[in-house]
Amino acid sequence: MEEIIVSGRSIPHVDPILDIWGLPISLYLFLGGLAAGITIFAAVVTILKKDEQYSTAAKIAPIITPIALAVGLLFLLVDLHHILYAWQLFTTIRLDSPMSWGAWTLLIITPLSIIWVAMHMKSIMPMLNMGGCCLGVLGFFIVEKNDGSQVNWEWRYPFLINFEKFVIAQKQVFAWIMLVLGLVVGVYTGILLSAFNARPLWNTAILGPLFLTSGLSTGAAAIMWLSSDHHEVKLFSKIDLFLILIELFLIVHMIMGFRAGSEIQIYAATFFLGGDFTVIFWVFFVGLGLLIPLVLESMELVGKKVPVAIVAFLILSGGLLFRIIMVDAGQVIRFLY
Amino acid sequence: MRYGMVIDTIKCVGCTDCVVACQTENNVPLGYARDWVVEAVVGTYPELHLEIRTERCNHCIDTPCVRTCPTGASHIIEGGIVKVTANECIGCGACIESCPYDARYVHPNGYVDKCTFCDHRVANGQDPACVSVCPTYCMHFGDLDDPNSEVSKLLATRNSKVLAPEAGTKPQIFYLI
Repeated sequence: MEEIIVSGRSIPHVDPILDIWGLPISLYLFLGGLAAGITIFAAVVTILKKDEQYSTAAKIAPIITPIALAVGLLFLLVDLHHILYAWQLFTTIRLDSPMSWGAWTLLIITPLSIIWVAMHMKSIMPMLNMGGCCLGVLGFFIVEKNDGSQVNWEWRYPFLINFEKFVIAQKQVFAWIMLVLGLVVGVYTGILLSAFNARPLWNTAILGPLFLTSGLSTGAAAIMWLSSDHHEVKLFSKIDLFLILIELFLIVHMIMGFRAGSEIQIYAATFFLGGDFTVIFWVFFVGLGLLIPLVLESMELVGKKVPVAIVAFLILSGGLLFRIIMVDAGQVIRFLY
Repeated sequence: MRYGMVIDTIKCVGCTDCVVACQTENNVPLGYARDWVVEAVVGTYPELHLEIRTERCNHCIDTPCVRTCPTGASHIIEGGIVKVTANECIGCGACIESCPYDARYVHPNGYVDKCTFCDHRVANGQDPACVSVCPTYCMHFGDLDDPNSEVSKLLATRNSKVLAPEAGTKPQIFYLI
């Protein structure tokens, strides 16, 4: 038995429980994972030349990506304590620091995700209401066109028209770049946490693949929710089923790894096996966020009618809850005191 | 050169003079502390053992805080002292999350702050403020690479330990036991 009294320190956000990172970080990790998942699916569908067949995955769902990334980055910025110095991130590349990797990758993927949406604009939104009421910022980039074709608008500037031609011609290369960047963002959201050997709960190599799988699963759920094509919903339902199984496998292995780890990691596992986070983790995340969607998707596979919105909602909220739990619990478990 | 500290847990009485000296010398904001005192009672009555020790940044050799810093604000200066450049720091908290000793905090002005081993005093040949005020002379500061320094001699003749060696950071503050 060791009893410890610490005097002389009661530092805000550090004592008695570390809470430097809170809800904004969890939300950012969720949005980053979601954006990565959608990007990867869009890229894979395009690489396999199935983008006409699965148009929600390739063209419509990617509209979420730049929005999710922008909102996520906003949360990330809000969480910085020295916001006015945020530009310092882009004065250096530090290969040892996952956050540096992430900052640079997001700097590249965010504009590219906007270009991805713009590339498909003509096929997903051929008829825009040119009355001017709802165009907003878009009005700066496009003009009305009435030559009787399928599309009633054109890019305002010649270089945009040329750029669109270039991007569409290089679609395959673009898709490969997006695939790699999507994978980096998906894995990075996990590695961001697992790089801290001072936080035993985060310090596991499984966190990278686990966050990537969870991100892909939320991405598949979003595509299912948006799609109105029966075959596409069924395909992504199947993919999601598979991803949930991998996620469960990785979660069991994560807990097993803690149980077989050092003293501090065995202690970390107790938080999920009877401790403070047991109910929220197993009942709300694993139960409602993974097992029930798993059952519902299996029912759909054997032909039962299941509302896809319920499945997608459970998976998306489960993904968010998982990140909230990991960020919070990770900071509760520390080496000293 | 490798600066380090040797702290005699048998002499320390836990008066927290070192804490106050540091706060005064370094203008540490109210409610914050760069060093602190731990009283650890180990064992079951009547076999009890009390250890009192003053703790701070361990100025580790393998520094996770410098590794995870995305901007390079956390850095190591001559002698192995770990410091933060305030106007390069974005206040992201990665170094705070990475420190097994929880020795860092966010300064009310937004940047991350921590013990500097009083490098401004050390540069003038003085001891850090905490060491210089210790009434029981339980703290010793010096060059661990020099075998004739006071700290090296103490480590050669007395039993010592470091905190949380399992974190793998090679801390440079040694506790005589």
